[in-house]
Amino acid sequence: MDVLFSTLTTVTAFPLVGVVILLFMRGEQKTALRWVALTTALITFGLSLLMLAQFSIAPGFQLVIRTPWFRVGDFAADFYLGVDGISVLLVLLTTFLVPIAIASTWEAVQDRVREFLIAFLLLEVGMVGVFLALDLVLFYVFWEFTLLPMLFLIGIWGGERRTYAALKFFLYTFAGSIFMLVAIVWLGLSYGTFALPELMARGLPAGTQTWLFLAFALAFAIKVPVWPLHSWLPDAHVEAPTAGSVILAGVLLKLGTYGFVRFNLGLFPQAAVQFAPFLGVLAVIGILYGALVSYAQADAKKLVAYSSVSHLGFVMLGLFALNPLGLQGALLQMINHGLSTGALFLLVGFIYERRHTRLLSEFGGLWKVMPIYAALALVVFLSSAGLPGLNGFVGEFTILLGAWDGYAHWGFAAAAALGVILAAVYLLWLFFKMFQGEVTNPKNAGLPDLTRREVALLVPLLILIVWIGVYPQPFFDLMAPAVDALAANLSAAALAVR
Amino acid sequence: MFSLVPLVVLFPLAGFAANAFFGRQLGAARAGLLAVLAAGAAFLVAVVQLAALAGNGFAPVTVPVAEWLRVGDFHVAWAFQVDTLSVTMMLVVAGVGTLIHIYALGYMREDVQHNGDPGRYPRFFVYLNLFLASMLVLVGADNFLMLFVGWEGVGLCSYLLIGFWFEKGAAGLGNARAAMKAFVVNRIGDFGLLLAMFLIYWTFGTLTFSELFERLKTVRLDATGQLIVTAITLLLLLGATGKSAQLPLYVWLPDAMAGPTPVSALIHAATMVTAGIYMITRNHVLFALAPQSMEVVAWIGAATALFAGTIAVAQTDIKRVLAYSTISQLGFMIAAVGLGAYVAGMFHLVTHAFFKALLFLSAGSVIQAVERGGAQGGAHAGQSAEAHHDPQDMRFMGGLWGKLPITQWVFLIGALALAGLPPLAGFFSKDEILLDAFEHNPAIFWVLVAAAFLTAFYMGRQLLLVFFGQPRSTAAAHATESPAVVTTPLIILALLSFFGGLLNLPKFGLYGYAGSLLLKEFLSFSVEAEALPFNAFVAGLSTVLALAALGLAYVLYGRAQATAQDRDPLAALLGPVFGWLRDKWYVDELYGFLVVTPFNTLSQLAARALDLGGVDMTFNNLGELARAVGAGLARFQLGYARRYALVMFLGAVAVLAYFLIAR
Repeated sequence: MDVLFSTLTTVTAFPLVGVVILLFMRGEQKTALRWVALTTALITFGLSLLMLAQFSIAPGFQLVIRTPWFRVGDFAADFYLGVDGISVLLVLLTTFLVPIAIASTWEAVQDRVREFLIAFLLLEVGMVGVFLALDLVLFYVFWEFTLLPMLFLIGIWGGERRTYAALKFFLYTFAGSIFMLVAIVWLGLSYGTFALPELMARGLPAGTQTWLFLAFALAFAIKVPVWPLHSWLPDAHVEAPTAGSVILAGVLLKLGTYGFVRFNLGLFPQAAVQFAPFLGVLAVIGILYGALVSYAQADAKKLVAYSSVSHLGFVMLGLFALNPLGLQGALLQMINHGLSTGALFLLVGFIYERRHTRLLSEFGGLWKVMPIYAALALVVFLSSAGLPGLNGFVGEFTILLGAWDGYAHWGFAAAAALGVILAAVYLLWLFFKMFQGEVTNPKNAGLPDLTRREVALLVPLLILIVWIGVYPQPFFDLMAPAVDALAANLSAAALAVR
Repeated sequence: MFSLVPLVVLFPLAGFAANAFFGRQLGAARAGLLAVLAAGAAFLVAVVQLAALAGNGFAPVTVPVAEWLRVGDFHVAWAFQVDTLSVTMMLVVAGVGTLIHIYALGYMREDVQHNGDPGRYPRFFVYLNLFLASMLVLVGADNFLMLFVGWEGVGLCSYLLIGFWFEKGAAGLGNARAAMKAFVVNRIGDFGLLLAMFLIYWTFGTLTFSELFERLKTVRLDATGQLIVTAITLLLLLGATGKSAQLPLYVWLPDAMAGPTPVSALIHAATMVTAGIYMITRNHVLFALAPQSMEVVAWIGAATALFAGTIAVAQTDIKRVLAYSTISQLGFMIAAVGLGAYVAGMFHLVTHAFFKALLFLSAGSVIQAVERGGAQGGAHAGQSAEAHHDPQDMRFMGGLWGKLPITQWVFLIGALALAGLPPLAGFFSKDEILLDAFEHNPAIFWVLVAAAFLTAFYMGRQLLLVFFGQPRSTAAAHATESPAVVTTPLIILALLSFFGGLLNLPKFGLYGYAGSLLLKEFLSFSVEAEALPFNAFVAGLSTVLALAALGLAYVLYGRAQATAQDRDPLAALLGPVFGWLRDKWYVDELYGFLVVTPFNTLSQLAARALDLGGVDMTFNNLGELARAVGAGLARFQLGYARRYALVMFLGAVAVLAYFLIAR
């Protein structure tokens, strides 16, 4: 029972309580169902704050719980959870965004509400589990577990081409993770354990690191997505319901970047050093390519989706700088992207609910009609465009500063910095098309401004956007010891490689 | 008293926050008053800093406020650098800023009526206060990163204020486009600043000014180091060309005139656009190590001064003339700092802030006078055809002398100060720059002399077109003077433009020596100040040329121009060249052809051909393969969500139950 009531188990599994309650409720009580789901998600967030309170700023895994799970011959997996400076903020991001996403469906989702909410809470279990699992089998189970609820969220509550998008999403990610599964099984059978800390302590020979690195990297690269494996993303986003997009961009993509940090950097440091320039190139291409393609979009949601390709490119560039600056910048930028892009998708959702279109050509002059909407959108756009004083800048600056002196050439950072110009281009373009000018389309003339509920959804995000922009130190402090240890490990690996 | 310096930012920031959240509830009058008080309070804090510096023997002080970023070995704090350089800037920014806030109280009241949205009045002051806060962060910063926060912050305010009437301008989108252009062009400059920061940190290990300059004092540069410092300074220059509107990035500033006139005065003339000059002056230690970069800086400045001057002579919009004049005068300042004449550059920055703010605000007063005249005249005569002309077009003005008893005089003072006539402020500050160029770089000297000649000419042309001759429209004929809230700041600025030269008179006879505290002594506590002796040749030449240019303007424009449709006399003189000047040497068209169109094409190409056609198709074809293999998967019955959810849930429960209960 200690395991059951340990902090990390409750943070991971508490949404299941909500699922049980929802199962016993009638599908017509929509408001009650929503309140149950929201309360569950809020309590889960509270539990994650409890986790934060128990967390101490130190390297290594904390609040660890471990109990044997199953054994088949030599094949023994544990229920093994732990949190460290790398995962703590990502867990908090997840539990923070889920209630906001659930609350955003209050009016948007009217169809099969109960099933929707159940899928959502199950998704949360999977995501938190991925961040906390220390056993590779358990990690894989959680990893795949996130796939199904998202598949349904897109495939059932999505837009017109939902089946196509859902399948594309599923096939892409599933195909990628098969190689990871093979690598995990091989690791377990070769070393007699699936426990990540033990494998890390043991250290793997450089030769095997290479193919293992690639097998894991493929799964994660698709999830991030790293260019050119991104083409599932725009479709998935465009078809997903707003809440699905918020979580998809806010958290699911970070499963990929988290995987890179945890496994590709943590477990295969020598291979990471060797592949760093290669991934650096892909990251820079992603930054510039994502921005260019984003600017050409006619659909607001697609524009935001491609901007994620660009922003996640920054995260990848920071990770494969392999130094503390790049790593911490990248970890913070994962949070930043979750906040800013989560807010962006909410904003797109708000106008979609009013106009049932997202085509930029349908809008124009909304600032006059919806001043509060415009003002809040402006702050979020600027955060996404990396305006100093808001969160995005802190992450991007730290990443670029780290990448300048990283394992990749400084030219990568210079080229990536061009992405900062391009971000202004496509985000101001989006603002221009939506909000500036006269109201030329009569359908926009009488649109109501944001409701209190809608503003309330954005306010927590905006507070963090400003907070991290002005005073990011507490966030950096949380991750510093873990990142320093990782970076030290990586520089030792670099010495071994040379 | 130094510990009060954060207030210089916090007052305007509080004003911003209060009006941003409660501006509508407060109502126009209280919102405006609050903003003015915030600006005034910031000015008082700046004065207190001046007193504190005096009490400290003018030695620089660093005032840390809070931790900001500490990652690995990298560290920057929120901290203020209080020295004579930053306090000079604070006084100018908050001082001129406060005057313009007061002016805007009256000006914007008419502007919001004229543009048909009185509810937007408080928003103007929200932006204006945010601008002051950002600008004071910029000049107060003790490190590059904080400077950059202010640097982009003022850029944001500039964007917001250019697009204040975001539904106006050509096709209802002109202003918004101008705003976007300003932000993006500035970002190109900021890119340079960003890279410069990376290079500085990885070369010298700090982004804090005082630490950096301390390290630079003892540094021995090898060939690579020299190259890096040259690169750093050139990248900083790229940043400066964006913010301070120099070649090749000046193109956003003329379009920025789409903003309401107080914005043109405050941001696009007196303060924000001088940030590049301030930044280079702040980094004079760095620039001193890169003589080649200095040469480039000086030439960029001189070339811009002349180039913008040639465009200014052929413009017809009263604000556009002033905009190109601003670019030209900023060129003088950039040339000065490129020559190492930091005090001369800063001196011209200060006087220019006075007289250019004065000119813009007076131009605003003229514009509103004409608008009032148009409304009144139209009502009297019942005409409408003519009433729709652009109230900023000088061709429709004329004969305003006598109708605007205050505006006319202050405009005259501003124009003559800009033209560089003694004893007005512009004469002394421009003369110092010319003198430095004369001593150090004759080629630049003659370029600047030519630019100075053009300056006097286009100001003479503007004076004559606006105030003299016959009114060329009913609006001009019925123009009336602006209210006192508008004219009072004008009078103060006119006095400053008149007597501003006293701040830094040349050493002449006994004056300027023992015991005096002119700007050059004051600034010498922050930057090297070279005091050149008064040179009668340079002063005489510039005065004679200014008079000659004004004379030429009189010959051309003194009598002509009976109607708005008359050909510009300069066009007759210059022939086809005039078209090139009027059309701004077609630089916008050139950039459109070289940058904008290729970028749009590339973006479309990437999205259509490359992404949908290439990447997506390739993987979809791979997907087809997978789909063929997993045919069962493709027949997913997505309708039965409940069942799937249930199965998933049961799976999850089974997993949990297994290890909890079975163990």
